[in-house]
This record gives sequence, structure tokens and C-alpha cells, in this order.
Amino acid sequence: MQPVKLCAFLVTIDLLIKSEGWELTNISTPIIEFKNVGLSYGDDEVLKNIDLELEAGKFYTLLGPSGSGKTTILNLISGQLRVTHGDIFFEGNIINDVPVEKRHMNTVFQDYGLFPNMTVFENVAFGPSIKGMSKKNIKTKVTEMLTLVKLNQYADREITELSGGQRQRVAIARALANDPEVLLLDEPLSALDYKLRKEMQYELREIQQRLGITFVFVTHDQEEALAMSDWIFVMNDGVIQQNGSPEDIYDEPINHFVADFIGESNILDGIMKTDYLVHFTGKDFENVDAGMRPNERVEIVLRPEDLDLTTIENGKLIVTIADQSFRGDYYEITAIDDDGNEWQVQATNKSQIDARVGLTFDPEDIHIMRFNESENDFDARLESYEGEEDAEK
Amino acid sequence: MPKSKQQRQLFYLMPYGLWLILFVVAPLVLLLFQSLTTQDGHFTLHNYALYFSSGTYLLMTFNSVWYAFLITIITLLISYPTAYLLNQLKQKQFWLLLVILPTWINLLLKTYAFIGLLSKTGTVNNFMSLFGIVPQQLLFSNWSFLLVASYIEIPFMILPIFNSLAEINPRLEQASRDLGANRWQTLRRVIMPLSMPGIKAGIQAVFIPSLSLFMITRLIGGNRVITLGTAIEEHFLVTQNWHLGSTIGVILIVAMVITMIFTRDRKNSRKRG
Repeated sequence: MQPVKLCAFLVTIDLLIKSEGWELTNISTPIIEFKNVGLSYGDDEVLKNIDLELEAGKFYTLLGPSGSGKTTILNLISGQLRVTHGDIFFEGNIINDVPVEKRHMNTVFQDYGLFPNMTVFENVAFGPSIKGMSKKNIKTKVTEMLTLVKLNQYADREITELSGGQRQRVAIARALANDPEVLLLDEPLSALDYKLRKEMQYELREIQQRLGITFVFVTHDQEEALAMSDWIFVMNDGVIQQNGSPEDIYDEPINHFVADFIGESNILDGIMKTDYLVHFTGKDFENVDAGMRPNERVEIVLRPEDLDLTTIENGKLIVTIADQSFRGDYYEITAIDDDGNEWQVQATNKSQIDARVGLTFDPEDIHIMRFNESENDFDARLESYEGEEDAEK
Repeated sequence: MPKSKQQRQLFYLMPYGLWLILFVVAPLVLLLFQSLTTQDGHFTLHNYALYFSSGTYLLMTFNSVWYAFLITIITLLISYPTAYLLNQLKQKQFWLLLVILPTWINLLLKTYAFIGLLSKTGTVNNFMSLFGIVPQQLLFSNWSFLLVASYIEIPFMILPIFNSLAEINPRLEQASRDLGANRWQTLRRVIMPLSMPGIKAGIQAVFIPSLSLFMITRLIGGNRVITLGTAIEEHFLVTQNWHLGSTIGVILIVAMVITMIFTRDRKNSRKRG
């Protein structure tokens, strides 16, 4: 295809998307809903009472370590697995027993699952041809999809002739060729090298926004999740630990697991003496949290990038530099305080090993986590004292 | 001891090379030589002329190909679903072993067992007589020949198909279903094309030996089915016309080579780009 024609073609796709108003499908019913969904193999409970709602047209990420149940959720949505209990809804209708091939969703698999006996074109054409689309329409559709993933020059190639990144693109084109309402992506980028992965993250996000369909993306890479998603579900042990926007999850991790899994964290034990006063490493600090019992035992999270090294006089804590490594845009510093706690600090300046320096942070950088607090309790507590604050004003 | 790598390779190849020359190449050359000579050692094309002008031999050839074809089709129709099913089972290696087990037993023994089963006083007729059915002549028919030949060949068809199916990434079946294909469409458009090498290997393993079956034709078919195998046996052991026997042998080998060419794995020679 010539560049001019290609441009015209892309404009046509854009116009089509705008004129057909694909975002109109987003009315109040969630596109996918889980109600008390569980899955067990014998006594092994892989998923425990999962409730979730996905709105149409958003980019969702299921994030968690391997064995956390994130891929299980994906397979339940796609229909590769069946629930042990609970219900799954698609646009308000129960789809528990709808077979895979009858669901309006398609999957991009981790190992791509491309048919080795078919060319790139034939792979992408597989879905449309199963649907009984005419030869002419199939050709249009495949060309459109290959253009979308920038592979229109490769239609006649064998799968074995493609690089990993190109195979990835074919898998995306093939899944999208069926016009799914939901695209499921099972760790699709994990086999790619760092640079390619970054590129694909950006492109996937772009494709999702251009097509306006719902993406459900599974990954164990927290950076990837933070960069791409509208909404993240953090999974561990078959339970959704926390869900929220990337900012929420990063800034307000609800428990030790989330704080540890998302980003780097310094996690310490502490005591919430009264509202807005927390005690840790033998000292009291002003903070911005409230609504807990007096002297409640809590965990404290301080992000390395929120910590600053300063003079001993200005420091809230005094630490000894134990180790440092250069990370390009910052120095990753390990420091030990007088109680023996280890602190990870991201500093712009180089330090001296064994130097004694001050460590400082702002009250709002101290994040408090209560033990066994659910997301709902957390939200309610936040609302209660934030409401108070507003009233005071 | 040999020094260079090439010399060493030659050294290791020697035992099998000798075997190959003595028991494969030499007999083939002798066979070809005999087919091209008369009883008193003169060079002649007479044997070939006789073969191709005789209706009997051509009919025999046709019979051989036809029965080999039928045996191949029957075994394929039974073996493909069996191999497919075996692959889905949890203890597939165990079940596969059961399928292969009969091949460890001598062909002649198995054939005799069938005589015991199918004869007028055999197990099948005894069982049928319980329902008041008069003993039937089951042996010495085309059907009994096809039955026994297919029974004997089935493991040789199942094994390569099973292997090629086992090699298929289960993800492909998942992907096919995910893209909207039902079980049957998945089988037809993804699994079958990908197991083609196994099907071809199975056809080779069944069709070629079936061309020259002779013992079963005699014991079970009662010489009602005359194939090239039977004809060769006849010429070597009964009429003692080794030259005509060799000619038929050469023709059989040519037929085998043609089959090999048609069923070879074309993937490697497929044009790229």
C-alpha cells in the first residue's frame, strides 16, 4: 500500500470509529461483572469470592505475582474455565455456561498461539472466515487490522519468519479482527525485550483508545500496569487485594502486600497514638491520617522517592549510609537508622558510604496501613475524617 | 585410531554401512539383475513385457493397490479418532502402550488367532449360535481379509498420528476456540492440518506393507484375494520362476517409491517468502 493511500485509509478508520460512536455502548450496566465468583480444584481454592465490575471502553489490568489468580480470572472471562460458584455477567446476562466460541471477546495469549501452518494473513483471517465473512470483506478486515498493528507489509509471511515483536502484533491483529467487545491480554509483553516492551505498552494503549473497546490486561509487572491502565486490580492468593486508579494504588496501598508489590517501599511497624500523630523508630511524627483507635498498631509506608537526605540538624531521623548504586537518573541509597531499620532512599546526589546524615520527609508522605482493613472500611474511614476536616473549615 | 572428524564418522558408520550393502543394496541389485535376465542368463526385457501385457498381472497389481488402499482408509478412519482421544486422556502413555502391545506379538500368531476366532467352529460362530444363528463361513472372504489386515496395521497408523497430535501446542486449540471456532471447526482447520505429517507417515507405514501382504491373503483370504505379494511368493516358491518374481518385486518397489514421494513431508521443500 502506498503512503498516501495508507493515510487515507487510516483517516477512514478514524471516521468510521467516530461515526459509529462505539463509546455509546457504555451505558450504566457494566460490560463484565463477577458476583461472588470462586474457583477450586478439589481443596485448592484458586479464586475466593471475587466481586468485580468492568465498565466498557476502559483499560483494566489484573496485577499480581504468579499463582495469584489473575490469569484464572482472565480464563473465566474468556470461557476457558468454568466457575465453581458465583456468576459472571456480560452486559447484564449470566454467561457462566456460554462456550468460549460464543463470547464476544478475544484473547492475546502469552505465547501468542499463532497457527504455524498459516501465513500472517491466514492467521488474522481465521476469525472472520469462521464467522462466514465474504472473501472480499475478509481481505478488507485483515488489511485494516494489519495496518493497525503496522504489519501490512507482512501479510504473506510465514509465522516462523517473524520476530517475537512481530508475532506479538499478529496475535493482537488476529484477536481484534473479530471485533471483540472485550480484548483479553495474558501477559502479552513478557517475552519481549525491555525497549520493545515499552514501545508495545504505548501502542497497546493507543490501540485501546482508538478502538474504544474494553481491554483486560494481565501482568506481573507493576511498572507496566501503572503505565497503561485506567484501573488496576491487585491480586494475591486468589483475592483482589486492592483496586483503583494507578495513582490511588501507588499512593494509598491498602496493605503490606500491595505496598511491597507496587513500587519500592520502606515498611515499618508503628503506633498511631492519636489522630494525626504516629510513633515509629522511637519517635513521634506528625502525619495526615486519622480515624483509628488510640494507640492502634499499624504499618508505616514511606516511598524511597519521598525521602530526602539532609544535614543531621535538619533530619527527622539520623541514618548511616550503608550502600549506594547509580541508577541513571538517581542514586539508590541504602541507609540504616539507629534502631537498625533499613531505609531505601532515592537521592539525586552521590553520598559517602558510612557517612552519618539526616533523613527527612513531609507529614503527607507518611502512609498508614491498618491490619486487616478492607477497601470498603478504608474508604469509609477516609470519608469520615475528611468530612470532619471540611466541616471544620 | 582414525584422526580427523570425518574419518571418525566413517568409522562409526561402518557396521551399519556394511549391513546396508549386504542386506539392502546387494539384494536390490540382484533383484534388478534377475528381472532383466532369462533363465540362461541373457539380458532381456521379456519379463517386463510379459507383466505389462498380461491381464492377470495387471489385475493383481490393481487388486494389490485397491486392497492396500482399503486397508489404509479403514485404519485411518479408526486410528485418527483413536489417536485424538488418546491424546486427551490423562494416562495417555499407558493407553498408547495397550495400543502398541499387539505389535510385539508375532504376525503369524495373530493371524492364527483370527482363524480360531472366525472359523466355522470358532468363537464368533459359537457365540452367534447362542442366538440360534447357523454357523457362517466367515473366513476366506474379502471381508475377513480386510478385517485382519486392518487389525494388524492399526497400531502402525495410530502411533505416528498420536505423535504428531501430541506435538501440537494445546494453546492452538484454545486460540481457535477463542476466535470463534467450535470443536469440529477447530479439528478440521487447525488440528488436522497440523497433524498431516503424522497422517502421511501413517499412510506410508500402512499402505506400503499392505501392497505386499501375502500371508494373510493365504491364511485368512484363502487365496481369494491375490495380490502382488501372493504372486511373488508363488513365483519364488511354487513355479520357481525367480526372474518373473523379481520383475514383480521391482515393480512393487517402484510402487512403494511412488507412494513415498506422494506422502513425503513437503514442509521442508515449501517455498519461503
